[in-house]
Amino acid sequence: MSEKKLTKGNIALAEGAIQAGCRFYFGYPITPQNDIPEYLAMNLPKVGGTFVPAESEIASINMVMGASASGVRAMTSSSGPGISLMQEGISYMAGSEIPGVIVNIMRCGPGLGGIDPTQGDYSQAVHGGGHGDYRNIVLAPASVQEMFDLTIKAFELSDKYRNPSMIIADAMIGQFQEACRLEPDHTVEVFEKPWSLTGAQGRSPQILKSLFLGPGEQETHNRDLQKKYREIEEKETIAESFMLDDAEIMVVAFGTPSRISKTAIRYLREDGVKAGLFRPVTLFPFPQSELHDYSDKIKKILVVEMNTGQMLNDVKVSLCKDAEVSFYGRPGGGIPYPNEIAEEILKALKK
Amino acid sequence: MYYDMIMTGFGGQGIQMISQLVAVASIRKGLNITYLPSYGVEKRGGRTNVTVVVSDEDIGSPITNMPCALIAMDRIGLDFYQPVLKSAGVLIYNSNLIPPDAIERNDIDIVKVNCNDEAVAIGNAKLANMVTLGTLIGRIDFLKYEDIENIIEEVIPEHHRKTIPDNLKAVKRGMEISKNN
Amino acid sequence: MNRVFAYPKSLNRVQTHFCPGCTHGIAHRLVAEALDELNITGNTIGIPGVGCCVFLYKYFPIDVLEAPHGRAPACATGMKRARPEKIIFAYQGDGDMAAIGTSEIIHAANRGENITVFFINNSVYGMTGGQMAPTTLLGQQTTTSPYGRDFKNEGYPIRMAEMLATLEGVAYSARVALHTPKHVNRASRTIKKAFEMQMNDMGFSIVEMLSTCSTNWRVSPTEALDVVENEMIPYFPLGTFKERTGKDFL
Repeated sequence: MSEKKLTKGNIALAEGAIQAGCRFYFGYPITPQNDIPEYLAMNLPKVGGTFVPAESEIASINMVMGASASGVRAMTSSSGPGISLMQEGISYMAGSEIPGVIVNIMRCGPGLGGIDPTQGDYSQAVHGGGHGDYRNIVLAPASVQEMFDLTIKAFELSDKYRNPSMIIADAMIGQFQEACRLEPDHTVEVFEKPWSLTGAQGRSPQILKSLFLGPGEQETHNRDLQKKYREIEEKETIAESFMLDDAEIMVVAFGTPSRISKTAIRYLREDGVKAGLFRPVTLFPFPQSELHDYSDKIKKILVVEMNTGQMLNDVKVSLCKDAEVSFYGRPGGGIPYPNEIAEEILKALKK
Repeated sequence: MYYDMIMTGFGGQGIQMISQLVAVASIRKGLNITYLPSYGVEKRGGRTNVTVVVSDEDIGSPITNMPCALIAMDRIGLDFYQPVLKSAGVLIYNSNLIPPDAIERNDIDIVKVNCNDEAVAIGNAKLANMVTLGTLIGRIDFLKYEDIENIIEEVIPEHHRKTIPDNLKAVKRGMEISKNN
Repeated sequence: MNRVFAYPKSLNRVQTHFCPGCTHGIAHRLVAEALDELNITGNTIGIPGVGCCVFLYKYFPIDVLEAPHGRAPACATGMKRARPEKIIFAYQGDGDMAAIGTSEIIHAANRGENITVFFINNSVYGMTGGQMAPTTLLGQQTTTSPYGRDFKNEGYPIRMAEMLATLEGVAYSARVALHTPKHVNRASRTIKKAFEMQMNDMGFSIVEMLSTCSTNWRVSPTEALDVVENEMIPYFPLGTFKERTGKDFL
């Protein structure tokens, strides 16, 4: 195992992509994710890869689509406004079942917003974004190590299910630094891609498309997609639990708020308050059944987000009916401090 | 063990350098760290604020609003963070740029460092940050002089390696000041 | 006996979805013939945009990626970068290339992406029912320019082949027409040339084809041929606007 290095979140993600076998990056600059294209512009050529500075995020995602369609691992990264522009392409990729990794280092919105951390793009990533009835695989790293590890995971899942994978991390996770092992903890999984477009020499032509006009074709296609999403839900959820064994209240949070909640929980534990944390690592598939099982024992729930409650409903539908749910959200640009979350936990306990 | 600190000043004062040294030295000792610099637009104004958290447990929050230590290299940084420093926390301040009457707290451990003068005395005004680092090392128990000495070569950019002996001299000077303060 | 004409191997024997009098089918046949002649069918991937060209996969026995509206040059960029040994062509109509996809076509051309783009200019949005396109002629009536295109309201028709020829990355830019046998023969040579540019790593190649749309022009198929000759060609002159002879980027 290699020595851990002080590494910035965005750099860990970019290096993770290279080690996942991604050799094609297409992107357009936007703060706070510029370390990713800059690192890849420098380092992809060293491993025989290609970096193309695209003319827009629209072009970026379509370049990813073209490259991925031919069977290689490709990615793009951006932040809020750029991710909005990519939604057309992401929808086509989902509809045509073309893999690809899209990274959103979230900045606050709406509009041009600001560059402070936020989780305001949860709904966009998890519940749609583009047109049509599709899902992205969505991973939410909460540490620099996870920026590296989950990027590899994103490529694996994307290829395994022929579905776009999205990594959403708030700007804090992208910009801060921690000690990181910059080596995969397992052999990176690769998948045969018999569907890829490489020329029809010696075989039947292959088509990647999302237009289905024949009678019933579109519904059948959608049912097949839904079947795939259910399979992903069954097999691929990841969640972390922290001090939940004896907990009387469960904080549910992802990304940066989950980390700050941990510190709040440690404060409270010193005073004998039995609080714990549940952190969804995959946002789609959402760890519904794990959450449900915990809520069977822990009846008080506090959802903490850096938005006004976008994950809240996904938590609510997962819980036992008699769970009491409170919410603490900080809209775009607001970051809660540990003592603020601790106060909210105490409030929720007293309810 | 848990220790969090905010280091603040303007660009060019070497705040990123000393906070990196603390972070990397801590990692080498097997401790967990988080290192959160200001970024983007915030950086454009020329300010540098870094939050470093060190712990032997998993670190939750990378941000803090009651740090154990504050290193203020200029007046703006001091005024901004002085009110949130933890009671009995350590304040190290650059007295070349900050007048003593700017210090309003009396429940904290105050270390006054003429770090610019001290740096010039060693031979290079750019060593002010390393003097400050030395005073911090003198005040914390999870890092020692040797821990910095062991990792300084991997943090300082290659073209500045020849300045390492002077940098270490400055750290030592800071430690003396810390002891006498 | 020496056979001089046959159904192209690279064109599927299926019923066409194109309207009676449409010359788009001729464009398909010419592309198929070029694939045959250059013997590249099995190594080629086609990327149609959205519009009448979207059913490309029905007509060609090749791998096909269906691109979002206007984005085929970006998809082709990604694919060619990933598979430089493959022959990649994008296939776009006027709305696709000259309206919604201007950014993608200009930057793919300017980067000198080693791809080939076929552009069908029939001066209307065909598939959506004959709305005004950026290529619609002045005075031409469409469903969204019912009083005739007026430059004061809708601006001027855009000449893509000339515009793209000004970009350094472009190796080959030409405009042809499909309304007479003479023009079809010339178009055939041009299409082949465009593929050859790509095969020789010369950079970006584009062929604009003036094509009929008798349905949306509301004229008979034979009248439509006259419209190309008398109305389109005077505004959209035929010719080669750029032809690189050496790899000047090397």
